[in-house]
Amino acid sequence: MNSQSGEPPTMETATTRRGFMEWFSWALLGLGSVAMAIPILGFFLGPILKPRADEWVDFGPLTDFPQNSTRLVDVLNPLRGANDGMTGKVAAYVRRIEGETFQIFSTHCTHLGCPVSWFKESGLYMCPCHGGVYYEDGGHASGPPPRGLYEFEHRVEEDRLMVKLGHLPTLQNPGSAHVSGKNS
Amino acid sequence: MKQAIGKLLWWFEERLELRTSLWTVMRHPIPRDLRTQVGWLYVFGSTAMTLLVLQIVTGIGLGMVYVPSAGEAYESLEHINYNVELGWMLRAIHNWSANGMVVLVVVHMTQVFLMGAYKYPRELTWMIGVVLFLLTLGMAFTGQVLRWDADSYWGLGVGVAMVGRIPYIGPELVELMLGGPTVGADTLSRFFALHVFVMPGLLFASLTVHLYLVIRKGISEPPKPDELVDPETYVEKYEEKLKTGDPFFPDVFLRDAAFIGLTLLVIVGMSAILGPDGPGAPPDPTLLAVEPLPDWYFLPAFAVLALSPPSLETGIILIAPVIIVAIMFLFPVFAGKGQRSPRRRPVAVLIVIGCFLSYCVLWQLGVQEPWSPHMTAWSGVPVPTHMIKGRSPKELQGAAILQEKTCRNCHALDGQGGQRGPDLTVVATRLTRDQLIRQVVQGGGNMPAYGKELNRFEVEALVSFLETLKPEGYASAEASVVTDRAD
Ligand code: FES
Repeated sequence: MNSQSGEPPTMETATTRRGFMEWFSWALLGLGSVAMAIPILGFFLGPILKPRADEWVDFGPLTDFPQNSTRLVDVLNPLRGANDGMTGKVAAYVRRIEGETFQIFSTHCTHLGCPVSWFKESGLYMCPCHGGVYYEDGGHASGPPPRGLYEFEHRVEEDRLMVKLGHLPTLQNPGSAHVSGKNS
Repeated sequence: MKQAIGKLLWWFEERLELRTSLWTVMRHPIPRDLRTQVGWLYVFGSTAMTLLVLQIVTGIGLGMVYVPSAGEAYESLEHINYNVELGWMLRAIHNWSANGMVVLVVVHMTQVFLMGAYKYPRELTWMIGVVLFLLTLGMAFTGQVLRWDADSYWGLGVGVAMVGRIPYIGPELVELMLGGPTVGADTLSRFFALHVFVMPGLLFASLTVHLYLVIRKGISEPPKPDELVDPETYVEKYEEKLKTGDPFFPDVFLRDAAFIGLTLLVIVGMSAILGPDGPGAPPDPTLLAVEPLPDWYFLPAFAVLALSPPSLETGIILIAPVIIVAIMFLFPVFAGKGQRSPRRRPVAVLIVIGCFLSYCVLWQLGVQEPWSPHMTAWSGVPVPTHMIKGRSPKELQGAAILQEKTCRNCHALDGQGGQRGPDLTVVATRLTRDQLIRQVVQGGGNMPAYGKELNRFEVEALVSFLETLKPEGYASAEASVVTDRAD
């Protein structure tokens, strides 16, 4: 508070100056906090700010899939990270109906995500957790699941089966075959 | 020499002033009524707190060896189990002490509830206690994830499926929870951060407030029937009691000391005998022959999920927990006065009994899983020999089909096999031939239709075997209940 003349400031200038300082200090604190909060919040919200779309994965030559049969295929998840280890793998059931018509199913039960097992003997998928059962075509057969198995989009490219997958399917965000018609 | 030590101590005392701060707190008076047997009911809180400290100590130890990376966590757990000196023991202690903590927190809450100790002026102490309870469960769940085996991988899948049901923002919350579109390294790391930094921090902060309140408001005196809590007079009466009270340390603390010591002995004993928990099968998403189960304290929730009708399920998953927590939290606001003694609060006693009974029943169901197919019954549990003795070739063929078509995964014979569908031991006394055929071909109830999987000769053979399943000398359903056809 040293005024130029060396004399104590008058009441009036002191109040305006104090008022400005007060306002300025709060503004500075606010600005600094917001500037700092943006990157920090951004970091924590990263997974939804920069979502990653499913990608096409090579499931192997068509000859690997006999007509009218279902088998389990293991691949590496295209969305895996460098440190994912074995959790970077993903499995899917491939049902070749005939020719180039396929159905690709997620192994996650649509009830609460447990791993369903395929029984070719009875043509059923069974879930070990709460007794969900699905037919060969993925349709709901019995138990608590609210819908049939999640399906992935596929196409045939140079006699190889390509499948689009990556994210963990859930009811509101099912496999790639459903994504266009959400909640189908 | 003695003088020198005395001087040194005094030097510190002059600066810390512990005699008038910490020591007075340690010596704060406790109502004399605790001198009787009932005082033993007051030891659970301090023991739970001791186990929290034990969790921190053992957790730090494990944190020095555990690798929180999805690619290496499983191996690092095996490394701790087999290579690190006493690593298995430290994991065992951390696990059994965690179990003990869950149990003790529940016991402590039950005691406080039954003795009406949450009433005026200790309502806030109870509310913070509810927070501590939830954080304890949170630690239990996140700790289970760090075990990074098949159970934790699929357990996360179940968590994802639940969170994914939240309307509108479900998918976004799933990605936030997993740290990406799928379970992987970022998932483990964020659960590690939760288990090691966030939740312990919150636990300690809440515990500090809890303890502050316990000391400020004093330990509740054992309730006497018809001694009502009246906010107008309570504090005065309570302070009167404190005048003849015993100091907490060391008098009252002796019981805590004894019980804490006993608990530690039990945990060391269990750890040495039972060893650590897991890791189980590796967390490989392509190994599907696993039957994921949550740790025991969450089994009743698992049972609820199997039993709730699909139409109500999302509501049960998303809304019920909120209601339950809200009731627990706000209870003292609505019942903060009046009777404290359980002898005069039959409803409170019934609530406790009801909670424990339903917990135990659901737990028992969760252990038995009658709703789950037995995935290996079709190949591992043969048809009892007395059921195929003297059967015709066609009937024998039917028995083979019953096995081959995995019927036994859901249907038991002589009690052996899945419990999902009805036991077929005497099915012929219940269903007629026509009904059997229809049930097999079209399914119905909880049974899938097998029409596409079986040709007519197979159905014929299967049903002719099923028709033989009745006790010697009994008429089959066809002959006895012709009119009483199922729909
Ligand atoms: S998770 Fe499959 S039936 Fe519940």
